[in-house]
Amino acid sequence: MRWMKPPWNLRLVRVSLNGALRSGVGGAAFIDVEAATIRELLSRLIERYPDMQAQLDRGIAVAIDGVVFRDDWSQPLPLGAEVVLMPRIEGG
Amino acid sequence: MTHDNSYTGQKFKVIGNRFKRPDGVDKVTGRARYGADASAPGQLVGLVLRSPHAHAKIKKIDTSKAEKLPGVKAIITSDDLPDLTGGARDMANILENCMARGRALYDGHAVAAVAAVDNQTARKALKLINVSYQVLPHVTDVDEALKEDAPVIHDWVYTGGLDPKPTTPSNAANRTQMGHGDVDAGFAAADVIVEHTYKTEQTHQGYIEPHACLATVSPDGSAEMWVTTQGPFTYRTVCATLLGLDIAKLKVTSSEIGGGFGGKTHVWMEPLALALSRKTNRPVKMVMTRDEVFRASGPTASTSIDVKIGAKKNGKITAATLEMRYQGGAFPGPWAMLACMTGFACYNIENQRSVGWDVIVNRPKVAAYRAPSAPMAAFAVESALDIVAERIGMDAVDLRLKNVAKEGTQAPYGPIYGPIGIEAALKAVKKHPHYKARLQKGQGRGVACGFWFNIGGQTCVDLNIGTDGTVNLAVGTVDVGGARSSMAMIAAEELGISYDDVRVSVADTASLGHNDTTEGSRGTFSSGMATIFAARDAINVLRERAAKMLDVPVEDVVWQDGEARATGKGHGNLPVLSLKDIAGKSANTGGPIAGHNEVVADGAGMGFAAHICDVEVDNETGLATVARYTVVQDAGKAIHPDYVEGQFQGAAAQGIGWALNEEYVYGADGRLQNAGFLDYRIPVCSDLPFIDTQILEIPNPNHPYGIRGVGETSIVPPLGAVNNAIASAAGVRMKHAPMSPIRVLDALDEASVESQVSAG
Repeated sequence: MRWMKPPWNLRLVRVSLNGALRSGVGGAAFIDVEAATIRELLSRLIERYPDMQAQLDRGIAVAIDGVVFRDDWSQPLPLGAEVVLMPRIEGG
Repeated sequence: MTHDNSYTGQKFKVIGNRFKRPDGVDKVTGRARYGADASAPGQLVGLVLRSPHAHAKIKKIDTSKAEKLPGVKAIITSDDLPDLTGGARDMANILENCMARGRALYDGHAVAAVAAVDNQTARKALKLINVSYQVLPHVTDVDEALKEDAPVIHDWVYTGGLDPKPTTPSNAANRTQMGHGDVDAGFAAADVIVEHTYKTEQTHQGYIEPHACLATVSPDGSAEMWVTTQGPFTYRTVCATLLGLDIAKLKVTSSEIGGGFGGKTHVWMEPLALALSRKTNRPVKMVMTRDEVFRASGPTASTSIDVKIGAKKNGKITAATLEMRYQGGAFPGPWAMLACMTGFACYNIENQRSVGWDVIVNRPKVAAYRAPSAPMAAFAVESALDIVAERIGMDAVDLRLKNVAKEGTQAPYGPIYGPIGIEAALKAVKKHPHYKARLQKGQGRGVACGFWFNIGGQTCVDLNIGTDGTVNLAVGTVDVGGARSSMAMIAAEELGISYDDVRVSVADTASLGHNDTTEGSRGTFSSGMATIFAARDAINVLRERAAKMLDVPVEDVVWQDGEARATGKGHGNLPVLSLKDIAGKSANTGGPIAGHNEVVADGAGMGFAAHICDVEVDNETGLATVARYTVVQDAGKAIHPDYVEGQFQGAAAQGIGWALNEEYVYGADGRLQNAGFLDYRIPVCSDLPFIDTQILEIPNPNHPYGIRGVGETSIVPPLGAVNNAIASAAGVRMKHAPMSPIRVLDALDEASVESQVSAG
C-alpha cells in the first residue's frame, strides 16, 4: 500500500505492516499514527495496541523511504514518507 | 553524536588496492591462535554427555560412579543451571538447548557435562554417568511434523500468526505472510502457470574450526572466556544472563576464527564451560569433536516449498506465491519468516504472496547460515522461473530482466527499494564472456539470482596514534573476512597515511563498548563507518595540536593528504606538519592523540547477485560436476577487492556444496547418520573449478564510501543456478536438493521410463 496523504491531520504518518506484525494491530495492513520520530511511533503503537509489545520485544525494524533502521529510534519520520514496520533481521 | 553517513563520491587513494593481508604470516606459520589454542595453569578438560535418542524423557541422571572416579572434579546437569531468564522465552530456549531440562529433544542434546584433569578421565567419567531415559515418539521431517498424527514436541507452542488464536499446541510455531497485490486476479490474467513443490535438506555451515573455549571463573564472580565466536559481546551478554554473572565482570576474548558463517553467532557449550569452571574453581577448556559440531551446534533448516508463478506470453509475471515450511530444530525460530521476506526480492511482481510456517522437529536448534533461509526459497523460485521461460519460449535471463526489481520496486516485505544492483548484475551476466562461451558436449548452463538484506548495528572503534605516528585501531567486529585489512585501509585513507602504518586488532569485551555480533554482512559496513568517523575525530585533534605547534587559530588549520597546513593571511611561511611531526610532539601539546566513534550503523545497502553455472552430468552415475562458475555481485564499494572476491567465491562454493552433495541424513530412529566430513562431504578444491567473479559497484547512499555488505548474498543463487544447469545438460528438472548422484540418477531413470511410455 503506497502512502496516501491523510486529509484530516498533517501530523499523521501512515505505517504499513507486514507479516506477523499485522496480528498485533488486529490484522490491519496499515495504520495512521501521529508521530514525528520512530521512538514516538513505537510509543503510540504500544499505547493503542498493547499486543504489539510482544512483537516489539521479538525485534522490529522501521523502513523510512526504503532505508531500514534497526536501532536508531531518533530518526525523524518526514511528512509523506513511506514508513514500513518490519521484523528485525539478523544474519549469518 | 550523530554523523552524516551519506555517500559523498569521495575519491580514493588507498581504497580499492590489493594490499597483503596482515594476518597472513601468522596463519601460514601456525602462529595464529584459534579457539583450541589457549591454555591456562591448572586447566581441566570439559566434555559433554549427549542424548542418543531423538526424543526422550530424562527420568534420572545418576552421576555417583563418575564422581568417584579419580581426576573428576565436577559434573553438572540442568540442576546446576537454574533458570535465571525471568520468563524470557528466547533466552530460556538457549539455556535448554545448552543442557536438556527433563527431556532430550534431539539426538546429541546435552544432558550432563564433566570436568576432569584430562581428556581420558573425562571420557571415562561420561561412560560412568547413568541416564535413565523414557523414549518418546519423535519426528525429524518438516512435512511429517505438521501432520495430525505427529508427536507434538512442546505443549507450550501454539501457532502464532493465526486468527483466531489456536487452543491446542502444535509443531507449527508461527505462520507468517508477506506480499502485496491480488494474486487471484494475477493468476487469472496469466497465460502460463507453473506450480511445483521443492525440498531442500538440512546442511551445516561446515566451518573447519570446531567450537572451542577456555573459561575461567573466579570465586569473586569475575570471569574470562577465550572463545571462537562471531560475537564476543553477544556471547558475554548471553552467558552472563544464563549464569547470573555481571556483564562487566565477564571478559570475553574472541580467538582467530576458523569459519563461522552464522554458526558462531549462538552459544552452545560455552555456558557449560563457565558453569564447570565456577563449580571447580579452575579453568575449563572445552573443544567439540566434529561429531558434536554436526549433532549439537546449529545447522540450517530443511525445507519443503510450494511455488506458483503465473506469466503472460510476453514474459511479464502476473502473480506469484510461495507456501514454505522451514524446520528450526527443537525450538521456534524465524526461518520461514526470513524466507517470506527474501523469496521474490529480486523481482518486481505486482501480485505476490509468501506464506511461511516455522516448524519444530526433533533436530538440533537451527542457527543462521550465511543469508539464512534465502537459498532454499531461491532454489524454488529460480528453478520455477526457468520452467516458465521454457514454457513461453523465452530466454531465461531475458525473463528475469523483464521482471527485475529496480529502484522504486516494492520489496516483498514492504519498503520501496532505493538504488539496487540486480538489473545491473543480470545485464553484466548477458555481456560476460562466460555467458557467451560455447558449451562442451554434455554440458548445460544455468543462471540464477539472489538477494540478502545486509544489516548494520551497534559499533564502536578506538583509534590511537602512537608517538611515532603509527596507528593502532581497535575494532569490536570479528575478522571473519578481512576486516583488519579493510579497516586499516579506511583509516589510512582518512588520515592520509600508509596502509602499513595502521595495525588493527579485534578488541576484547573489556576494552571497547558493545559491538553487535559480526553477522548479516555487517562488518565492513558498520566498522568501516565507525572507522571513518573515528579517523575524522582524530584529525580534529591533530588539527588542534598543529594549531598549538604553529601558534595559529585551529580554524586556520586544514588537514590535507596526511598533513596539517595553516591557511590564510600571514601563514604562508609556516611549515607543513605531517602526522608523524604532530604525534612526536604530542607530549607537549596535550598528551596522547586518539579518535573514537560509537555509532548505530543503520541504512545497510541490500545485496544482489546473479550467477552463471555450467555443469556436466554423467548419465551413468548421475554425478553432476561444475565445469565453470561465475559470480556477479554488487559490492557498493569494494574496499579490498581480493577479500570481496574471496567472499563471493566462498559463498558460491558453499552454495554449490548445498546444491550437489551436502545433507543431514536421519535414520528411522531419529539419529543423525552422517556426523562427520567423510559422510557429510563438503566440496574441496578438486571438486570445483576456479570461481570467476565480477564486482559491481553501485554505491549504497547510506554509507560515506558507498559500502554494501558482501559476505552472504552469493550463497543464495547456486542451488537454482546448478539446478537450471542440470536441466539444460541432462533434460531433467530436479525438485529436491542436494541434487546428489542418486537423486539425479533417479530423475534420469524416471525421465527415461516416461519417454518410453510416451513413445510406446
